[in-house]
Amino acid sequence: MRLIPYPPGVIVGGEVIFGGRDLLKVDEEEMRHIRGNQIAMIFQEPTTSLNPVLTVRRQLSEALELHRGLDKEASSEEAVKLLQLVGIPDAETRAGDYPYQFSGGMQQRIMIAMALSCNPALLIADEPTTSVDVTVQAQLLEIIDNLRSQFGTAVIVITHNLGVVARYVDRVNVMYAGNLVETASTEVIYGHPMHPYTVGLIASVPRLDLPRHRKLSVIEGLPPNLARLPTGCAFNPRCRFAISRCFEEKPELVEIEPDHLAACFRSQELYELLDKEKE
Amino acid sequence: MATNDVLVDVQDLVMWFPVTAGVMRKRVADVKAVDGISFTIRKGETLGLVGESGCGKTTTGRCILQLYDATGGKVFFEGKDLTKIKGEEMRGMRRNMQLIFQDPYASLNPRMTAGDIIGEPMVVHNLVKGSEYKEQVTECLKMVELEPYMTVRYPHEFSGGQRQRIGIARALAARPSFIVADEPVSALDVSIQAQIITLLMRLREELHLTYLFIAHDLSVVRHISDRVAVMYLGKIMEITSSDELYDNPLHPYTQALLSAVPIPDPVVDRQRKRILLTGDVPSPVNPPSGCHFHPRCQMVIDDCKQYEPELKEAGGGHLVACHRV
Repeated sequence: MRLIPYPPGVIVGGEVIFGGRDLLKVDEEEMRHIRGNQIAMIFQEPTTSLNPVLTVRRQLSEALELHRGLDKEASSEEAVKLLQLVGIPDAETRAGDYPYQFSGGMQQRIMIAMALSCNPALLIADEPTTSVDVTVQAQLLEIIDNLRSQFGTAVIVITHNLGVVARYVDRVNVMYAGNLVETASTEVIYGHPMHPYTVGLIASVPRLDLPRHRKLSVIEGLPPNLARLPTGCAFNPRCRFAISRCFEEKPELVEIEPDHLAACFRSQELYELLDKEKE
Repeated sequence: MATNDVLVDVQDLVMWFPVTAGVMRKRVADVKAVDGISFTIRKGETLGLVGESGCGKTTTGRCILQLYDATGGKVFFEGKDLTKIKGEEMRGMRRNMQLIFQDPYASLNPRMTAGDIIGEPMVVHNLVKGSEYKEQVTECLKMVELEPYMTVRYPHEFSGGQRQRIGIARALAARPSFIVADEPVSALDVSIQAQIITLLMRLREELHLTYLFIAHDLSVVRHISDRVAVMYLGKIMEITSSDELYDNPLHPYTQALLSAVPIPDPVVDRQRKRILLTGDVPSPVNPPSGCHFHPRCQMVIDDCKQYEPELKEAGGGHLVACHRV
């Protein structure tokens, strides 16, 4: 989305290809047409992402007027329709309210409505459930999921919640210390993960459906300090399978099997090593 | 089960916070944070208290510890009525009941070293003689798997997980028998949560602690608790053993809550039945009439709108507050 401010953030390399174009090479004018229109984003904190001094109707119609060229009356009508789509009761009346008059869950729905107002090809949901209760979380994710299948929107969900990933996601990309360490379909990632970090993460989360006294597997150590990463693989201080190569070389993302990549020198022997541990 | 087994006995606890308006700060309404709840915690037991925002679980924890003066009801600790005890005797009781806070960044005094933070309860309650002080502080640090050299460091030099360990060490320093853990892992990274949960379980075994474990994450609560109480808008909806709660939830709210928690296993989760609630949690200033849950309940009948259901036995120590059960 090119929302990282400079200073202090600088994109130093790589490409972001969207619809055949590299977004990193596009100028700001062009980017404005894309942002909110073709790529939309839902943020973690709806209270700080919605404009407190504008009515909900105004905030929704802004995007509609800018990107879809609707006039005031048409955009106002459309705004109400969008609110109804995301399940805001009494949408006609409530469109005239200000964000503070809505609960957190409702504000998040308004954000979803805003994000989808221009029928984006891509929706980025950044920790959409972190600040809401679990029953509201379920409602919001169902809305996003339904709208996704209705409009064919591609969705990127950024989250640390492994349950949310298992329920709603088709494909998983696991990140650690700024790198992609594993990527595969959801079934494969949960069924046979091939990176020690992924394995550790999945095994450390308590599950409602497994026996209570199961010992939680623990990843020792601390999350990485991005300013002082170790040489070699960034996970090596916490990895119980690290060998000398892991401290010298940084592993590349390689294909383990079709459609499953992992960045670890020991992926192939991982399950052998895990079995040995159990003995 | 003999009554002298009961460590904490909460009876009809009520905690209302006044809402004031106008220049004269006239009381116009009340936030009915806790609206009449009762439960017991046996020695050595871990009771989980689970619910969504505004359900009153944090307020309950603080009322038990007498950090708030309850609006109504009683709290008995080791058989003594805490609402009637004052001064020196209360201070003595406080030593025995400690609190672990949710926010590891806000709950440690940034101007005190880890050693001072942990040592403070020992000093306040006169638990150590001068020469033993350093040793005892180091012991507490080791109990939470931190290193002795860390006594001289300040909170900002530690990670979130380490700060939470310091908070736990501080709670242990007073050698309590009862600890209220209020969302102790919610603010931590997923990979660190397991470390802290495992630590709390180990300490419970080694030090024979009794916990009231307050959290909104059902998976975590179930893992660590023997019994779980589900709260909604200041009321308890259901209490039963952790296994029963998952295997046989009786209250419609509990069922919806469980259904809303995704299981981190796509094969298992995608086969589960989904119960979606409509609307949001109402405000505790104006809770719905009758059963507080009725506006969102799929099984609502007329009685539910008028009469508040009592928390009743459904067999085998399983208590439910619902007209339809």
